[in-house]
Amino acid sequence: MAVASRGGRARAVPLWRDVRVLRVAAQLVVVLAVLLLIAFAASNFATAMEERGLGFGFSFLGRQAGFEIDDSLIPFSATSSYGSAFLVGLLNTLFVSVVGIILATILGIGVGVARLSPNWLVSRVAAGYVELIRNTPLLLQLIVIFFVVFLQLPPVQESVALGSVAFLNQRGLYVPGATPTDGFAIWLGFCVAAIATVVITRMVASRRDDAGRPVRRLRTMGLVAALGLPVIGWFAAGASPLAFELPVLGRFNFSGGVELSTGFAALLTGLVIYTAAFIGEVVRGGIQAVSRGQLEAARALGLSEGQVLSLVIFPQALRIIVPPLTSQYLNLTKNSSLAIAVGYSDLFKIGQTMSNQTGQPVPVIILVMGTYLVISLATSLLMNFYNRRVQVIER
Amino acid sequence: MTAETLTPPATTIGPIGWLRANLFSGPVSAFVTVLVGAALVWLAIQVGGWATADARWSVVTDNLRVFLIGRYPGDLAWRIWLSLAIPSVLAGLSAGAFGRTTRTLAVTLSAVQALIAILIAFSPIGILGVVAYAANAAAVWVSYAVGRRARIPRRVLAGAWLVSLPITFVLIAGFRGTPLTPVGTNEWGGLLLTVLLAAVGIVLSFPLGVLLALGRRSRLPAVRILSTGYIELIRGVPLVTILFMADLILPLFLPGGWQLDRVARAMGGISLFSAAYVAENVRGGLQSIPSGQVEAAQALGLSGVQTNISIVLPQALRAVIPANVGLFISLLKDTTLVTIIGLLELLNVGRAVLGQPESLGARMEVYLFIAAVFFVLCYAMSQASYRLERQLGVGTR
Repeated sequence: MAVASRGGRARAVPLWRDVRVLRVAAQLVVVLAVLLLIAFAASNFATAMEERGLGFGFSFLGRQAGFEIDDSLIPFSATSSYGSAFLVGLLNTLFVSVVGIILATILGIGVGVARLSPNWLVSRVAAGYVELIRNTPLLLQLIVIFFVVFLQLPPVQESVALGSVAFLNQRGLYVPGATPTDGFAIWLGFCVAAIATVVITRMVASRRDDAGRPVRRLRTMGLVAALGLPVIGWFAAGASPLAFELPVLGRFNFSGGVELSTGFAALLTGLVIYTAAFIGEVVRGGIQAVSRGQLEAARALGLSEGQVLSLVIFPQALRIIVPPLTSQYLNLTKNSSLAIAVGYSDLFKIGQTMSNQTGQPVPVIILVMGTYLVISLATSLLMNFYNRRVQVIER
Repeated sequence: MTAETLTPPATTIGPIGWLRANLFSGPVSAFVTVLVGAALVWLAIQVGGWATADARWSVVTDNLRVFLIGRYPGDLAWRIWLSLAIPSVLAGLSAGAFGRTTRTLAVTLSAVQALIAILIAFSPIGILGVVAYAANAAAVWVSYAVGRRARIPRRVLAGAWLVSLPITFVLIAGFRGTPLTPVGTNEWGGLLLTVLLAAVGIVLSFPLGVLLALGRRSRLPAVRILSTGYIELIRGVPLVTILFMADLILPLFLPGGWQLDRVARAMGGISLFSAAYVAENVRGGLQSIPSGQVEAAQALGLSGVQTNISIVLPQALRAVIPANVGLFISLLKDTTLVTIIGLLELLNVGRAVLGQPESLGARMEVYLFIAAVFFVLCYAMSQASYRLERQLGVGTR
């Protein structure tokens, strides 16, 4: 190919054997084929829509939705628009994903460490958990958790009290809620100040550290400020900045506090149990990948077992763990679309309702898939950013 | 000089030594062992008591036909029993020829069919089913013995596997105007549909994934951008949205007269979805090939296509087999999602069975049975993949 691109000799190569021409031609063919396919699909779609007497567009988003949603983080009623129904779904997906990711990470680390436990029974139980969960479908697990566990809970009147602040029954989980009062803004200000103090002291400390000056006292001061400021703010705000509400059993149902529906609880439990098994394997792999010499050296230096784990093993294991962990987080988010099986109103379920009611499946699916894509890309970006921070900076 | 009496050192060998080292190495460890052990024993008693005394396993055996083949006509069920002979014989022959990992899979296939034969003996399906499954289970072993003697070339076996799927399809679906009466896909169901969805997904997604992976590494920008875009788009969305598209939206994009079968659409959706993940696995394999290989091939005067087919792909694909087996396990589990678009695969058949008044209160029995089926299939595949990984030495670079 190098011969062909040397100006003077180019003419000697016939056109149909000139690599440059062939490349352009090949690409043109591919692009043309894709465009033709799209045009074919689009024209069929236009005909189909015309036959049904429907147009194509996103204008339906402004129209009244006319259906109720049980789980909503924002005020929503049947008179709200399709647009706000979509927003409810998006918030629900994000909510269950974020809470699920946090809980699955905690449980997953526990499972991973348990699998490496020197206690034979503990490591076998952890291994059994991982194999059982990884080799059965998530949808089946969700259905079992929903129908066999949560729907078998006692009715409202006989709720299971969890330390008399939270209640569990057939309809869901009732936990205490907090609503901000007048003093909330003042307290929030103190909290922001605390975070700012931490950030600033860390920056100053790292600069001093680079210069070889002592930083220990500065770090302690930062920590004290970070913990102390919100406490001072709490009292400075006068009355308590947050009003706590306990769920109270009324005649037919609980009032006050926050209600988490059975569907949400089942979905969250299922996602956490399922993803934790995978995260456990990721964590185990990461810890095992840290070379044995590191462990022995750390012990030889006289570090305690806890220090060995937190100062030597985990920081190095983290580098290996973060990329596969990211894909587990993405999987959890995508798997939350199985909410439809337990009746939780996530993005996909609300999308399906919208599509059924408006007869506009195409714009709805574009919105739903686009949103999932954006969530996935954003998570990837965030985790890549974190990944770059934990990686070793090599020369 | 007084003789000092020393206590003998603690044993570190034998069962007591093992117990001491692994279960009672310290007060905390001993406490945890007792706690976990007690919980396990309690659980075993509870579950064991329920499974032997209270559970109504008759719900499973009475509906076994539906679980196995869905609403497939009972008098034509022999076609499915017969079609099972193809993978049974091929698995046996391959196990004889390849040994090791394939043997694990063949043994599993035989064991599963023997188990089903036993289950059928308790169900109203009839003696023909028992005989058919037992014969298939035995066929695995017979052809294993044959395969060890005959030393069939690998190429022939691979070809036979490729041809077997369409033949199985024709047997199950039938053909108009032949003694094989056509059976519509709306009557396929249960384990039959689950396995078919997974098998078609695996077979179709693999070549497509390889092409996409090559496309992503192509030097042609248009090809690269299209492949990358496709892979990232598919990997960014959940499978249910793809199935929703295949079920509701694809028909809108086809000309009015074209009728594409529902099951076929689901199979297409699963394959297109899985291909993006295969592509990323294969890309990993392609990247692991040292560039010296490609340069050497070019120095020998091989064309780009020749380099890929004879130098790069054989090495890359071998490296990614374990990862792909992992992927195919999740594909098998993901076939349950077609429940959401209303196809009657194993899980949905279970829900249909639970909808009958006579199976009231037998949820746990039905779900446990389905879970056990998936567990056996997936666990066998994952064990095979671990062995393969060790055999190929992928993990130990």
